[in-house]
Amino acid sequence: MVRIIDRRFDSKNKSAVNRQRFMRRFKGQIREAVADAIAGRSIKDLDNGESVSIPSKDLSEPQFHHGRGGIWETIFTGNDQFSSGDQINRPQGGGGGGSGKGKASKEGEGEDDFVFNLSREEFLDVFFDDLALPNLVKTQLARIQEYKSQRAGFTNDGTPANINVVRSLRGALGRRLALASPYQGRLRDLQKQLEELRETLPEDDPEIIRLKDEIGVLRAKIEAIPFIDSFDLRYNNRVKIPKPTTQAVMFCIMDVSGSMDEGKKATAKRFFMLLYLFLTRTYEHIEVVFIRHHTVAKEVNEEDFFHSRESGGTVVSSAIELMKEILHQRYLNGAWNVYGAQASDGDNWENDSPHCRELLADTILPFLQYFAYIEITPGEPQNLWREYEKLVGAHDNFAMQHIEGLPDIYPVFRELFKKKLA
Amino acid sequence: MSAKRQKRKQPLPAPGEWTFELIEAYHAEIDRVARNYGLDTYPNQIELITSEQMMDAYSSVGMPVNYHHWSFGKSFLQTEKGYRRGQMGLAYEIVINSNPCIAYLMEENTMTMQALVIAHAAYGHNSFFKGNYLFRQWTNADAIVDYLLFARNYLSECEERYGEEEVELLLDSCHALMNVGVDRYKRPAKLSLTKELTRQRERAEYLQSQVNDLWRTLPAQQIKTQTVEARRFPPEPQENLLYFIEKNAPLLEPWQREVVRIVRKIGQYFFPQRQTQVMNEGWATYWHYTLINTLFDEGLLTDSFMMEFLHSHTNVVYQPAYNEPWYRGLNPYALGFAMWQDIRRICEHPTDEDRYWFPDIAGSDWRETFDFAMRNFKDESFIAQFLSPKVMRDFRLFAILDDDHEGKLKVSAIHDEAGYRKVREILSDNYNLGSREPNLQVWNVDLRGDRSLTLRHQAYLRRPLSDSSEEVIKHVARLWGFAVKMEVAHEDGRVEVLYERHQDRRKTDKN
Repeated sequence: MVRIIDRRFDSKNKSAVNRQRFMRRFKGQIREAVADAIAGRSIKDLDNGESVSIPSKDLSEPQFHHGRGGIWETIFTGNDQFSSGDQINRPQGGGGGGSGKGKASKEGEGEDDFVFNLSREEFLDVFFDDLALPNLVKTQLARIQEYKSQRAGFTNDGTPANINVVRSLRGALGRRLALASPYQGRLRDLQKQLEELRETLPEDDPEIIRLKDEIGVLRAKIEAIPFIDSFDLRYNNRVKIPKPTTQAVMFCIMDVSGSMDEGKKATAKRFFMLLYLFLTRTYEHIEVVFIRHHTVAKEVNEEDFFHSRESGGTVVSSAIELMKEILHQRYLNGAWNVYGAQASDGDNWENDSPHCRELLADTILPFLQYFAYIEITPGEPQNLWREYEKLVGAHDNFAMQHIEGLPDIYPVFRELFKKKLA
Repeated sequence: MSAKRQKRKQPLPAPGEWTFELIEAYHAEIDRVARNYGLDTYPNQIELITSEQMMDAYSSVGMPVNYHHWSFGKSFLQTEKGYRRGQMGLAYEIVINSNPCIAYLMEENTMTMQALVIAHAAYGHNSFFKGNYLFRQWTNADAIVDYLLFARNYLSECEERYGEEEVELLLDSCHALMNVGVDRYKRPAKLSLTKELTRQRERAEYLQSQVNDLWRTLPAQQIKTQTVEARRFPPEPQENLLYFIEKNAPLLEPWQREVVRIVRKIGQYFFPQRQTQVMNEGWATYWHYTLINTLFDEGLLTDSFMMEFLHSHTNVVYQPAYNEPWYRGLNPYALGFAMWQDIRRICEHPTDEDRYWFPDIAGSDWRETFDFAMRNFKDESFIAQFLSPKVMRDFRLFAILDDDHEGKLKVSAIHDEAGYRKVREILSDNYNLGSREPNLQVWNVDLRGDRSLTLRHQAYLRRPLSDSSEEVIKHVARLWGFAVKMEVAHEDGRVEVLYERHQDRRKTDKN
């Protein structure tokens, strides 16, 4: 007797728990791999998983085995040349028919790294984990509900400013034609009779006079039809539809002076990535402008932005100035939502900081959705921080945060999200 | 044969796609032929699964249920990667030594493959599980699934109570000792779910009291070195490390002892499989080949079916030579299949050579000889007993002696008159777990001193332990709770300490 059972529709992913355990166990390595991946990726590239490689010695499951050495005698197949007693050189590099290979292979094979793929979700999870995002934000990267008014035909009432002249007049014309048409028909008849009678009768014949009077009455009636009536008025109809605005530009400003080391740049990169990620939830199309500066500012591509080294002093206002120029030249035609993100170690030329604040407050912040500043420094805030602090109360689209480690990044965005989640 | 062939009616349809009706029809025919050959099997349970489920089954060592552990997740990822990239195919089937015998068939297989797999797993392996003495002695097909269920529930209960991490660390340590956690000579007690459940609690209490008793004579804090000749413990060296730890580790909680026991039992369950690869795979391959060919001779199978079947079969028994890049040692399917075929040949058409080498079986009834060989041997003894000069010649076997004190390798024997016995002896020894794996013993516990545990490696032919052993010692120390020493006893009588791992769980409870 046989039992044949169809198990194909049974619960799948029996190993999901084991996979989870594996991920948890190697969290450290996976996190490192993700950190490496982030360093190597474009900040726009967050929609892919990542293949993570873990040195296999880290996840070996040790057991008692024999190692290499000692005496081994092993059987091989396919003898094509040997007779008993032949001496053979040891094969180099463990290839070919090395004796004892079978025993050692358990360790020998283990040298390659263990590689597996993180899904996009798992990748972002680790990414978010580092940044200590609250769960609510992770799951609800909310969209900005911006309303855009759009034409939706015509209505019969509205404000005078919205009167559509052409429509209204066309309506009036139609109405006039319609209302006048019975009189017009009668008028044409009467005029025709009058023409005929005039050929036979004199001008003062009572019949002709009667017709003339009647024509006069009809004319008056037609005249009395109003040229335009409140009934004719048509107004442009506009409805508000919620629509995510589709374009945004994100300015990344980073200090690349000598004092910004690789670690600080990596932190800054996370910061830019996070902002970018938030923006992708809201906008279809995002442009990123990279501005790096030391004493002078320059617009660069992403590669140069993160990887080229500069040294020298710092004049932050040069970057703000450049941002202002680019902003006014390219992005102030109303089609762009503008975001700014600035990372620095806060070390600025003393007299320059007040200038930065003024520039921001007067020429940039009024046009921005949001501007976030992070100061990456282990110690006391620097002079730029003190100047910027004055902006916090006055502009609700400005946020700043002093950062020592990755988990400090998120609070910069807190205000931004409070607004959106509301 | 051809006369027989005309008697049969229509051959079974052989479309690419299988259906449940067809599987049943094929199974019925295979079953009938297998009975004619006298194959004795457990009842079959055939389960159709997807490739995803097959990978699940792979990663939980082929078991339908198993406890959770990260290492299974790791092997799932490995399998998945290999499969997705097309580097490896999945096995067509997995078969479980249980009663009823569960065989998993993959959905992707064609009808031909399903028939091959049914013959291979549900009749070949199944009858081997039921008949071979190792499986009869060491495993309990009736209870294994229940036991695994018990194990999984028990472990998840432990996880709830003591935390996942605690359980995971314990399992890590136990897994490290899995291959030295088997009794090689003693027969294990029968498994039964109800008994396990009812007895588990009293066993826990009893064990704990025993252990405490062992240490009662010790002063709690001051540890002096005694001049009195220490009583040896254990009186005899022990080979089963996990068993020794389960019974004697002083600081384990009762639940921890139970977990050690579970891992030990499961390791024990797989022990026979590791010792019967050549025999078992060869046996199953021989029978799928024979059963399907018999059906073909009866006219039940189409030519296209046979072409596909032979194609797969040939791949399975392919044996590359030592100097080919894909050589991975002897293919157990190839060697086993060749040996079983050869035994039948010796029985039915013996040559003079066979009569000289195998006077007992030359010319005997092949079914009886098969049955005898299948029931009473494992790889090591099977090869020592039945590997014939003809098979050695066909495989062109030769032996290489690798002595790390010598500059060159030496060909110690080849497939010639002078070498047959030597080759056979060496090959048999290659399959001997006892010489393949290091010989480790629980040597001593310092009862009156620092309670340290001494393990001893009895070196054989100067073969050293691999580097990973030091890691394993850490795991032993975690289980034992006190210092653990690893010694090696060389063949010339020298004893030296390899590793020492200090540990005192009374102070640092976690490590």
